Amino acid sequence: MSDALLVLVLLPPAVGVSLLTAGRRADRAAAPVAVTVMLAVAGLALTVASGRPAVRVPFLAGMPAELSVDGLSAVLCLTVTAVTLLVLAHSAVEFGRDESRSRFFGLMLLFAGSMLLTVTAATLPVLLMGWEVMGATSWALIGFRWRDPERTEAANTAFLTTRTADLGLYLAAGAALAADPTGTLALRDLPGAGEPWRSVMTAGMITAALGKSAQLPFSFWLSRAMAGPSPVSALLHSAAMVVAGAYLLLRVHPLLEASAWGVPVVAWAGALTAVVLGLVALAQTDLKQLLAASSCAQIGFMVLAAGTGAPTGGALQLVAHAAAKSLLFLIAGAWLTALGTRTLTGLSGAARRYPAVGALFTVGALTLAGLPPLPLWGAKDLVLASVFEASPALYAAGLAAAMVSALYSVKALWFVWQPVPTTAGGRGDGHSGTRRVPGRALPPLAVLASACVASSVLAFDPARAAFTRVLGSAPQPAPNTWELVAGAVLVVGAAGLAWAWGRRWAALPATAGAAFLGRWLRLEDAARLAVTGPVLAAARAAARFDDRVLDRAVRGAGRGAYELARWTDRRLETALTSAVSAVASACRSLGRAARRPQTGQLHQYLAQAVAAFTVLALVFLLVK
Amino acid sequence: MLTVIVFVPLTAALLLFVLPRRTPAAVIRGVWVTTTAGLTAAVAGLWAGYDPAGGMQYETRARWMPGVGAGYHVGVDGLSLPMIALTCVLFLACAVYAWREERRIRGFAALFLFLETTCLGLFVSLDLILFFVFFDLSIVGMYFVIAGWGHRDRARAALMFFLYTFLGSLALLLGFIGLYLAASPHTFDMVDLAAADPPAGRAGLVLLAVGGGLAVKTPTVPFHTWLPLAHTEAPAAGSAILAGVLLKMGTYGFLRIAMPLLPDAWLRYATVLVVIGVVSVLYGALVALAQSDFKRMIAYTSVNHMGYIVLAVGAAAATAGTGHRAQSLAVTGAVTQMVSHGLLTGALFLLAGSLYERGRTYDMAAYSGIAGRAPVLTGLTVVAAFASLGLPGFSGFIAEFQIFTGSFGTRPLATALSVLGILLTAGLFLRALQKIFLGPLRLPDGPGTPRPFGDLRAHESTAVVPLLALAVVVGVLPRLLLDVVEPASRAVLLELPAR
Repeated sequence: MSDALLVLVLLPPAVGVSLLTAGRRADRAAAPVAVTVMLAVAGLALTVASGRPAVRVPFLAGMPAELSVDGLSAVLCLTVTAVTLLVLAHSAVEFGRDESRSRFFGLMLLFAGSMLLTVTAATLPVLLMGWEVMGATSWALIGFRWRDPERTEAANTAFLTTRTADLGLYLAAGAALAADPTGTLALRDLPGAGEPWRSVMTAGMITAALGKSAQLPFSFWLSRAMAGPSPVSALLHSAAMVVAGAYLLLRVHPLLEASAWGVPVVAWAGALTAVVLGLVALAQTDLKQLLAASSCAQIGFMVLAAGTGAPTGGALQLVAHAAAKSLLFLIAGAWLTALGTRTLTGLSGAARRYPAVGALFTVGALTLAGLPPLPLWGAKDLVLASVFEASPALYAAGLAAAMVSALYSVKALWFVWQPVPTTAGGRGDGHSGTRRVPGRALPPLAVLASACVASSVLAFDPARAAFTRVLGSAPQPAPNTWELVAGAVLVVGAAGLAWAWGRRWAALPATAGAAFLGRWLRLEDAARLAVTGPVLAAARAAARFDDRVLDRAVRGAGRGAYELARWTDRRLETALTSAVSAVASACRSLGRAARRPQTGQLHQYLAQAVAAFTVLALVFLLVK
Repeated sequence: MLTVIVFVPLTAALLLFVLPRRTPAAVIRGVWVTTTAGLTAAVAGLWAGYDPAGGMQYETRARWMPGVGAGYHVGVDGLSLPMIALTCVLFLACAVYAWREERRIRGFAALFLFLETTCLGLFVSLDLILFFVFFDLSIVGMYFVIAGWGHRDRARAALMFFLYTFLGSLALLLGFIGLYLAASPHTFDMVDLAAADPPAGRAGLVLLAVGGGLAVKTPTVPFHTWLPLAHTEAPAAGSAILAGVLLKMGTYGFLRIAMPLLPDAWLRYATVLVVIGVVSVLYGALVALAQSDFKRMIAYTSVNHMGYIVLAVGAAAATAGTGHRAQSLAVTGAVTQMVSHGLLTGALFLLAGSLYERGRTYDMAAYSGIAGRAPVLTGLTVVAAFASLGLPGFSGFIAEFQIFTGSFGTRPLATALSVLGILLTAGLFLRALQKIFLGPLRLPDGPGTPRPFGDLRAHESTAVVPLLALAVVVGVLPRLLLDVVEPASRAVLLELPAR
């Protein structure tokens, strides 16, 4: 059983890396291989979901790598493998024949493996490994079409933004060891830590989770990530990477509760994102951008659930949103291929042109709108039921966010059901599409749509009680009838309003507010202004300092030594030489002077002797 | 056994000169590759026979200069064994990489074999004088590699490299003499010195001399300015050895000499080390971010990566108490980082050399979108870059995770600041990848264009792939390395007095 868990997390990356290494030679085999592997992995996921195994292998000193599957992990494993399988099955048909398919499918498998590692990790180092590899594969997938600089730049933005937040996890690991020097960094032990380490851990976890889940203030990276292929968004930006943050917060809810401030911070971050990014979604004119902003907003509900301790509602929201959003992204991609555009005006009549796809899109959009009895309606009420007691303001924010969801979902729906425009030919983006959606691409979409409908039952007893039991969480407050009815009325009302407004969406007033929302609150500009710019300026300043001060000082020291040597040569050496020469010439003149008395004539010697003796006699007399 | 391993490359180098002048280049390459491959196999055997719990092993002790208390004393433990293995692997990679080197191949091969002896000798030395001799000889060897086979500005770069690091080695010698004088009876033997009472009184000055000498070699800010110039002018294989092995002599010296032989002073001045470490991490990463020259950028990331090691050894000294678990984790992380940096930066420099060979420039702005022309070169560089920015699954993550986790408890502020380093390196590597490899195709203009811009050839990828594969092995199965390192890092910490 524990082998099954190991194979579950190792098989997809192993095959993924093999596909990547094989390169374009494996292009033809890539799709069948990847789908087969994911089928096997789905089987394994079912096995581990029922068996709940745990594995522990030695890793770092005193910190084993531990994987375990509990209720929450099991739900995540099943969701991730199912969505990956369906997305890959769809891509096998849809994805361009002449693109490097082995790279695409290899990276998707690598990604799936790292996501599975993240959701089964029981210790911090393992969690961090899955977490970061996920970010790196996301970089490679967003920048998949690397010849376009805009796409690779978007990939860089996504990776750097999420990694900024990931630093929180590194610090949390350090704090966990500092708090418990003999601990194993197991996630379940974290709430027991003492202050101040517990607060450091909480802050680190929250930052990392908000970054990965594209919550405020990190949301902008998800907007840029839409530069990636649509199947990538269908997996990463609906069911996997972006929900990892919400998953982490649900997982470490005991830690949030242990530190007094964690709960309100997380709850408000989720609620704010749900409202504000919902408005951002409403202001979009591009279908993928709308879906991306709605991902942030819908995940906001999961984060809210993690904050308020509503795991059942949060997990249901996660599963249902994964199915609906994955479906919508895949259809957006299919229409992009077929019609060559992703703008809402360009997609006018798309549903009428392809009625089957249009029907599936309708199921997804209505689910996303949270219309009763579809699952996101029940999920939101489950989340909000536990909020009402704690904070009416939070409850109001949640209701507002639910209404905004209905507005933007129906707005998208309104556009695609418009009559087919009479002017034929590609519109909007300026390039025409293939004009067809292959029939073989539909079955995975149908499965996703039925998952949307089927998961509705999970919001109500007895299925809800069973789901709560599977999650292994404590019973949570259920919504009252009046809450359910009020929620339903508000959402249906908002949806009706959105449909009735119809044509006004097309001519959205170009106010400053709408433009601000349309550009995702200009968060990216703010990040560039506040972070990227100063860092690059500091880098240039440091480089200048390195060249002009440090390097020059070293060279100066070298030159100084050389100058000293030359000075020694010129001054000291000359002085020494001249001193030596002076001594020599003095000796010479002394010698010359000494030679002078030696004349060889006897009378002169006699005179010298007399003079000398006279001097001696005088000295003798004076001294005596 | 160790003695044979250390001196086999030197013997092979001498053999190359004995061979008749008209020996074909293929024979010389053959001797070179065979020697390095044989050594790698021998060290693998050494590793297999090594008992992780057994302390110092394969020791040899012989009289050498008894008058001055210096002997020939070699041995390996968990600190030196990974370094020896790294040395062998990198020299083998360089031998394979230089398979197409045409310029004076005999001298090139002989010089690298000579360098290998000095590097191996240094890592097994248990005597300060022996250590010093190998330390200086490695500088001499690298001087000739840069001066003889470097790029345009090689003479200046070689001179700067030699003078700067030689000055550092003189400081080191001064410190060694200080250690010698403080011990009674006077000795240069590291094992005896560790057993004797640590020097009192002047220990701070001795540590300053030893630490200063090692800091130049490592290099840490502000003693790093020789590094970028030496790297930009050195040939690819020379850069790989310089960054991969020679820099490790500095950090290895910290763990082998400074920390165990001067424990009191080490504890007293640990904060200085932590500050130097953090400054190196952030400053190195920032300056690297501002570079437009690919090789210079990689050189500055070395300053950043070495900074983590200095931070770790400083933080490890900061406190004793609650077991040695966190500190041991930091020291183990430092050793892992040495191995990891050797493998990854070695690979990056070889890849940078391949890029230069095709485009004749390191200027990142001259390239764009070469992924279309050279997918293998691109793929390997992307992998090496992500590994170097600390992606899990590669050795860098294992190293940096241990360093951060082990240092945070004792030095929270310093660790929090240096964690920013992995964000900066991520930024600079992604930027470089985007500039050179992605986007629309553009090749550097210059004399002789359009020149063929081919993908990596067999000998180049044969040299680089094993380095990256080993980084993956350490990243995925760290126990293979850590089982050897952990007992040694605990032993190093036992030398420190408990507070």
